[in-house]
Amino acid sequence: MIEAENISVAFGEAEALRRVSLSLRPGERLGLVGESGSGKSMLGLALMGMLPEAAQMTGRLAIDGHDLSRATDNEWRDMRARKVAMIFQEPMMALNPLRRVGDTVMEPLRLHLGLSKSDARRRALELFEETGIQEPEEKLRQYPHELSGGQRQRVLIALALACDPGILIADEPTTALDAHVALRITDLLTRLARDRGMVLVFISHDLAAVARTVETVAVMYGGEIVEKGPVAQVLSDPRHPYTKGLLHARPTITGGELRKRLPMIPGNVPALADLPHGCRFSGRCSVELPQCAEVRPALLGIGGLRACACHHVPEVVE
Amino acid sequence: MTRAINLRIGAGLVLVLTVAALLSLVWTPYDYTVLSVTQKFRPPSADHWLGTDQLGRDVVSLLMAASVNSLAVAFISVGIGGSIGTALGLTASAFGGWVETVIMRVADLGFAFPALLFAIMLAAAFGPSLTNAILAIAFINVPIFTRVARGAANQIWTRDYVLAGRAAGASQFSLTIDHVLPNISATLIVQATIEFAVAILAEAALSYLGLGAQPPMPSWGRMLNEAQTLMYLAPQLAIYPGLCIIAAVLGFGLLGDGLRDISDPRLARARA
Repeated sequence: MIEAENISVAFGEAEALRRVSLSLRPGERLGLVGESGSGKSMLGLALMGMLPEAAQMTGRLAIDGHDLSRATDNEWRDMRARKVAMIFQEPMMALNPLRRVGDTVMEPLRLHLGLSKSDARRRALELFEETGIQEPEEKLRQYPHELSGGQRQRVLIALALACDPGILIADEPTTALDAHVALRITDLLTRLARDRGMVLVFISHDLAAVARTVETVAVMYGGEIVEKGPVAQVLSDPRHPYTKGLLHARPTITGGELRKRLPMIPGNVPALADLPHGCRFSGRCSVELPQCAEVRPALLGIGGLRACACHHVPEVVE
Repeated sequence: MTRAINLRIGAGLVLVLTVAALLSLVWTPYDYTVLSVTQKFRPPSADHWLGTDQLGRDVVSLLMAASVNSLAVAFISVGIGGSIGTALGLTASAFGGWVETVIMRVADLGFAFPALLFAIMLAAAFGPSLTNAILAIAFINVPIFTRVARGAANQIWTRDYVLAGRAAGASQFSLTIDHVLPNISATLIVQATIEFAVAILAEAALSYLGLGAQPPMPSWGRMLNEAQTLMYLAPQLAIYPGLCIIAAVLGFGLLGDGLRDISDPRLARARA
């Protein structure tokens, strides 16, 4: 269970995350989408207590009722693996090339759960089976270079699940994989979250993968959540101009013909240091109002489970 | 395969040297401790391949026995200095911040000490001995390995597998042992091989100055020293140990270079 209230992360003057709030119950699957630099990975690292040293975090963060706003490195190390685990974008890079993958997976089992070597091995084997690794017995003894990308990502998922964490943060786990392998990995993550009653935070810019994997989606821009809601509703009926732009920028086949040129959102994500004062999307927004550059819109409920931060979208109080 | 030529020559020289040293532990053509006035200054012959020295000892036997000394000193001093230096470098890299700053500045300070000067200092304080020579050579290796280990380790710390290990709850210590050290070992081995060459040269220099191996322990450096006064009478007595030193230094140097080329193919191509 994650409860985050007004999490902000700053590098000196530059704000990488601004007042992000999240509340996730066991079994819930949240997608974080946005462009590079939108703060989605930073939020993932904040939830792991693995922010760069230069970063300053404010706000309240609690995992399973433990307040971690001011946790020391040691407290965080205890939380990691046991409560919250993470998988990464590049399965090629995330495994030590000189270690057998079995040893890598057995390490947290022995370190955190104090299992004997044979028990750890048995448990690692179960994890390999659970994550759908073929010939798990043999794979335990292999080195990363002997495995395919999809298999490595499965090994990393097994590693993340080793100590039964309640929360799994997946930072672009499918970006480096082939499309069909990516599908299997997202399905695996969905199944694991469901079977284990585990919170899944799925960070991606692949909207199709997000739609398939999560229940709730939060769209991030400039370090803020600009729109949030059930994934089907947000993707079929986006309310924030940024979400609309993001959805329009997807290649689609209409009338049996691929559109020649993709529409795009004008401009680039501004650098952290010179984000606009008001709405972070002002300057790139197609429906900008005079107050947008000055007044920051709050993330307000807009009916149902949805929320949006835009001056155009009126608050709905139920 | 001309690219691996330095590796081959280096490995060959090191192999010959090592075999000679190991062989001398159980067998030398003659007992090099036995002096014989009647046999002195013999030219090379079937009995004495490289002749005999001013005390009638067999030069081949002396050179073989001395190689043990050279290799052992190099091995022990690089081992001690390398271990301490690597541990310091890994510590600096793992902790960062002021710990790293302090360790690296102290290492810089260590670079300021010339090995010979330090050995002379040790000899002045504790008397000349092989142990002090070893300590002096070990001492100069510490900052070298601190720098190399820290530099290589800093690169490994940025790798995703370290991040993944940390995400799985590993401590700095276990990340260092499990991920960082194995992945910088190639770099360390290359460095150690090169430092081996330097250590052999340093031992020869210290022994030449009388600060290393003491009589009757045979040593190439001391043989050079003793041959110095006989330069006009028997120049070959200075040339043989000199050639041995050259062969050993060249051998380890080329081997280290060759190993580096293998461990980092980009470097080899850039140089070629």
